[in-house]
Amino acid sequence: MAFYIVQFLTGLASAASLFLVASGLSIIFGVTRIVNFAHGAFYMLGAYVAFTLTERLSGAIGFWGGILAAALIVAAIGIVVEMLLLRRIYHAPELFQLLATFGLTLMVEDLVVLTWGPDDLVGPRAPGLKGAIDFFGQRIPSYDLFLIVLGPAVLGLLWLVFQRTRWGVLVRAATQDRDMVAALGVNQKWLFTSVFALGVFLAALAGALQIPRDAVHHAMDLRVIVDVFVVVVIGGLGSIAGAFVASVLVSELNAFGILIFPKISIILVFLVMAVVLIVRPWGLLGKAEAPARRTPGLSVNPWRALTSNERIAAAIALLLAAALPFFAGNYALTVGAEIAIFVIFAASLHFLMSAGGLASFGHAAYFGLGAYGVAFAAKLAGLPMAVALLAGPLFGLLGAAVFGFFAVQLSGVYFAMLTLAFAQIVWSIAFQWVALTGGDNGILGVWPESWVASPSHFYWLSLAIAALAVGALRIITFSPFGFALRANRDSPLRSEAIGIDGKRIQWSAFVIAGTVAGIGGALFAYLKGSVFPDVLGIPLSVDALVMVLLGGVETVSGAIVGAIVYKALSIWLVSQTDWSKLVLGAFIVVIVVAFPKGIVGTFEAIWPRRISAAKPTAITSHIETAE
Amino acid sequence: MSADQPILSVEGLSKSYGGVHAVRGVSFSLSTREILALIGPNGAGKSTCFNMLNGQTVPDAGRVHVLGKDTTGLKPRQVWRLGVGRTFQITATFPTMTVRENVQVALSSHDHKLFDLATAMPRYAREEADRLLDLVGMGGFSMRPCGELAYGDLKRLELAIALANRPKLLLMDEPTAGMAPRERIELMRLTAQIAKEKSIGVLFTEHDMDVVFEHADRILVLNRGSLIAEGSPEEVRRNAEVRAIYLGEGLVYDARHREGAAP
Repeated sequence: MAFYIVQFLTGLASAASLFLVASGLSIIFGVTRIVNFAHGAFYMLGAYVAFTLTERLSGAIGFWGGILAAALIVAAIGIVVEMLLLRRIYHAPELFQLLATFGLTLMVEDLVVLTWGPDDLVGPRAPGLKGAIDFFGQRIPSYDLFLIVLGPAVLGLLWLVFQRTRWGVLVRAATQDRDMVAALGVNQKWLFTSVFALGVFLAALAGALQIPRDAVHHAMDLRVIVDVFVVVVIGGLGSIAGAFVASVLVSELNAFGILIFPKISIILVFLVMAVVLIVRPWGLLGKAEAPARRTPGLSVNPWRALTSNERIAAAIALLLAAALPFFAGNYALTVGAEIAIFVIFAASLHFLMSAGGLASFGHAAYFGLGAYGVAFAAKLAGLPMAVALLAGPLFGLLGAAVFGFFAVQLSGVYFAMLTLAFAQIVWSIAFQWVALTGGDNGILGVWPESWVASPSHFYWLSLAIAALAVGALRIITFSPFGFALRANRDSPLRSEAIGIDGKRIQWSAFVIAGTVAGIGGALFAYLKGSVFPDVLGIPLSVDALVMVLLGGVETVSGAIVGAIVYKALSIWLVSQTDWSKLVLGAFIVVIVVAFPKGIVGTFEAIWPRRISAAKPTAITSHIETAE
Repeated sequence: MSADQPILSVEGLSKSYGGVHAVRGVSFSLSTREILALIGPNGAGKSTCFNMLNGQTVPDAGRVHVLGKDTTGLKPRQVWRLGVGRTFQITATFPTMTVRENVQVALSSHDHKLFDLATAMPRYAREEADRLLDLVGMGGFSMRPCGELAYGDLKRLELAIALANRPKLLLMDEPTAGMAPRERIELMRLTAQIAKEKSIGVLFTEHDMDVVFEHADRILVLNRGSLIAEGSPEEVRRNAEVRAIYLGEGLVYDARHREGAAP
């Protein structure tokens, strides 16, 4: 019995830091409507700065002074970030905000390694709380007890600030209607900045307080952000009390899940999240979300099929690509095959995002499932390659059917967070279930059979499948199904009123996109000859998002151009610099701020390929549709 | 279906929000080719009532029958499949499609082709879509991006979309709100004409009394959630209670009506 109580208390102690980060994220979201992906990065920075202050400079301010100073320093960094970056994207679509803050996360990861080195750092113990308390033969670290008290204390303090201070009243008012608060003469800029600073302060404090418990390392940002996304999805985004309840719930599920399913403890959290989403789609204490914002400034030009000239141009481009083996060496062909595979992957996400309006932040899950499916079929079942390749789309389809069912119940940022969490769950399973997947060591020796073993043959195979996949997605985009999907994206109210079952259409689109991504993953497994958990990772999901964004979300096939440019660029970049994340992160931020329409979108804006029609009349006022 | 069976019949429809009785025990029916207006001051419960007719809001009590079929509790898309078209107070169309594509989507849904992955939509039921657009006077606009239409044209496009499933009943929530006076009369004249030609029953809510008295065959007056009057335009105009509620507008209408009727 004592063992279970100790386990429970350990869970409560973990809940404290999770709550601090999640409440910060929720407060920022409530007022600015930005889901700050970089929140994990600020958490990590808090830990690193606190390490330096307490380890190297502890003489002057002591341990506790160091912790507090670290949180304040990081909050100051947060203020700079808010003023330089976020102020430019408050009115951008959610997808862009998530991507920009993800770009920031990438930059911080490299900057942290540049500053503190790649090794894990072990910080000092907290003075006065170094010991442990004996509890019926079990030992509880006194620091854990301190954290258990800290969580509710912070919750109470936040409540006081929001209920009793003028600033708190303004924040609550802005959470309800920020335009009205601005209209009443409140300086919105500083309100946003101060709210962001408070949120970052809480995240950094949580990171700083972790150093006596855990080593400081440069991957702690993604780990915490996924947990936090799960917490806010369960608790309800924007609700501080919800963040607290869900933090405790998730931490306890982790603490006890280890006892029940030692290998795949994350399953338990997933099951609870699924139940909560079915019963209360906006979280335990959350409110139904406001309708998603339209993308201002982005085109609302109707799409049209290619003209015959454009068809010829596309065919010539494909023929030129097919002729590559006659000019290029083996390395270039391998790179070419990889680009073709990423064209498939990006095109599948692009279909979901452009026609469906569903920005998945975990699309790598289906790519990776395809790769693992092939590895299982080829290595475990020993199937021939032509059959094993089919396991890719099959696994992608199955995964997308299960996760997609839950994901399409939500939209906007909730959809993004949920898909990300699902992908991370699949990643964790691949990582933890060593007996089946080999864990971190992956599955090796997935080599293509002799008929496609040569680089040129494999390149041709990849190119042919990519052309087929892109063509099929285009046909679907212009089919009645594709239009129904777009109809639901444009106006759920109207599409429901003309007999369209929006959720079912979206679910089907999700399954189509997952299946096509699985095809890409299947080829990828054979290209690399091995499968590692990386093929399910967040960085790969974000790569796909950047390709889509680079090509242009509001285009039919922009992802092709985006995939080619981005993949070529990143392969080149990795060969040129050790700090590719830093460059890539900066690149993402610049694209989001400067070229929100992407390459193809910008091109179309310069040379409009709008359907020819009578010149628009003077009256072009477009009334927003009610949703 | 017998000839005299109502297209729409509503019995004891009620809905409360918290302690507010938005709609209380409303009953009425609507027959083929009839144009029925639902009027009442702001907050009378018109929109709530309307939303319960096509399944957007689930009533607390009461039943709705469409063509003799109980539709209470059905979803809007299911009600639509029974032949009920609807337009919205604030237009809801698909701004990233062309005008014709807006109608084509509705047509493909009517044909149960929503899960067709292979047919090319640009050629799908093109003539039929253009015929519907012609009908509402949007013939020349087929290829225009819907996102750049003027508001009055959006209202007409909505009408074309609503007609795509050959409805027996049209629900129009403030069809002329936000339009210029001349456009209003024109749109309702068009609607009335289509309704008579195609044997459609129309229920509409409206604030503009000119439009209401000009086109409605019968008028329902809603106040504080309850029906307080029902009858022909003449009867409703003479009703003292209605005049009390609509004092200003009623007088204005009378004056204009006499002017218009004199020559």
